[in-house]
Amino acid sequence: MKFMLLIQQGDAPTPRDPNAWARLSADEQRAVYADYKAINETPGVTSGVQMQPPDTATTVRVQDGKTLTTDGPFVGMKEALGGYLFFEADDLDAAIELASRVPAARLGGAIEVRPIME
Amino acid sequence: MTAILEQAFRGHWGRVLAALIGFLGDFDLAEECAQEAFAIAAARWPRDGAPANPAAWLVTTARNQAINRIRRDRTLAAKTRLLEVPEATEEDMEQATIADERLELLFTCCHPALAIEAQVALTLRTLGGLGTGEIARAFLVPEPTMAQRLVRAKRKIKAAGIPFRVPPPHLLPDRLAAVLAVIYLVFNEGYGGRSELASEAIRLGRALAELMPDEPEVHGLLALMLMHDARREARFTGGELVLLADQDRARWKQPQLREGRAALERALALHGRGPYVVQAAIASLHADEAPDWPQIAALYGELTRLTGSPVVELNRGIAVAEQHGAEAGLEIVDRLALEDFHYLHATRAELLRRLGRNTEAAAAYRRALALVHDDAERRLLERRVAELST
Repeated sequence: MKFMLLIQQGDAPTPRDPNAWARLSADEQRAVYADYKAINETPGVTSGVQMQPPDTATTVRVQDGKTLTTDGPFVGMKEALGGYLFFEADDLDAAIELASRVPAARLGGAIEVRPIME
Repeated sequence: MTAILEQAFRGHWGRVLAALIGFLGDFDLAEECAQEAFAIAAARWPRDGAPANPAAWLVTTARNQAINRIRRDRTLAAKTRLLEVPEATEEDMEQATIADERLELLFTCCHPALAIEAQVALTLRTLGGLGTGEIARAFLVPEPTMAQRLVRAKRKIKAAGIPFRVPPPHLLPDRLAAVLAVIYLVFNEGYGGRSELASEAIRLGRALAELMPDEPEVHGLLALMLMHDARREARFTGGELVLLADQDRARWKQPQLREGRAALERALALHGRGPYVVQAAIASLHADEAPDWPQIAALYGELTRLTGSPVVELNRGIAVAEQHGAEAGLEIVDRLALEDFHYLHATRAELLRRLGRNTEAAAAYRRALALVHDDAERRLLERRVAELST
């Protein structure tokens, strides 16, 4: 079956925030890149496209036929989607194992695993 | 239901359902067909006599029901591999060996991707064969809420791809801990008064010990539950709570205590040193005529190390007080950050009373009384306060 892994960065440091990113040691930074690379190369994984950070988001609603836009993501900045990938796996246990290898999961963020309708 | 059927249901429901879920990969269909099989048994067994192998008969009959249903419903047929299987005859049923898939079912029901309440409800429903209404009453929630909880859990298992299997070795320790936690939670709900839950937890514990005979913690949990439950009737006299030291030992169920100690022996022989084994060892020592307090204190120390729980440390304080006197116990108890826990204050009060510091003891009892919820415990505390002033 197919799963979508939604990556929530939460408090996880990313290169987009140089101050936060600098809190990681050079080894930890290298490990983050290496881990994402290994995940993208895992059989069954289809990586998602790279997204600009949530503060570049525009949220659109329609009320009484009128289009309203607000600056920022639908949920809070911290809860906004940071990235995603698809994973073809036998069962949820396999998807949970992959999710636990995503660096964001150990650095203050979280991964939401969602089965995809087939 | 006649006695023979009731016995068959109690003894075989979990196994029959597990085999069907393993075969069908669908909880609801499996449950409906298992129920039909028991209904057919209810009609036939009193007339024709029970079959030699009731579990195999029930599984085969339920499986045939499922195959018939699927033949009627082509949309379901596409999803299963069932139609290749020929319908079994009565003779087949007598010889059939039905794989025992209760473990697979148990690990599925206790998967950490399900909420703990759902794990508990699903385990009682599928392996225990309890009705939705019974589970709802046991956990004091409205029946529709419980029904909804079960429906949601079953839907998630299917939609999210929770596997029907015993986890591989690298996942097993964590996942077994989750299964044990569910069974112990059921037991503790029952220990508080709803005894049918405690019996159900022991039944599950026995089944698990039979299915995983080499896991020390499984035997440890079974031993712990058996020994606690053996003292159940002595815990109350006329509705009033009786503390362990004051219990009438003649009211302890000796055979069950012995069975618990045998399970503990088995766990220790397997080199078990996990939290359930240690707790069982403590329960066993507590049941001795003259408890070995130094040993009990040492085991609580071990358990604190394993769990990091201040409540365990509180119990160590009580054991140390028995060994080295109230002063030494109080020293441990006063270090604990359990300000809102009534047992902390009740324990402090008791130790202060032994030291003759009655004013402080009375204040501690009042603090415990302000925090306690259970009526029997409240009355016990009130009796203690009254004794102080006489």
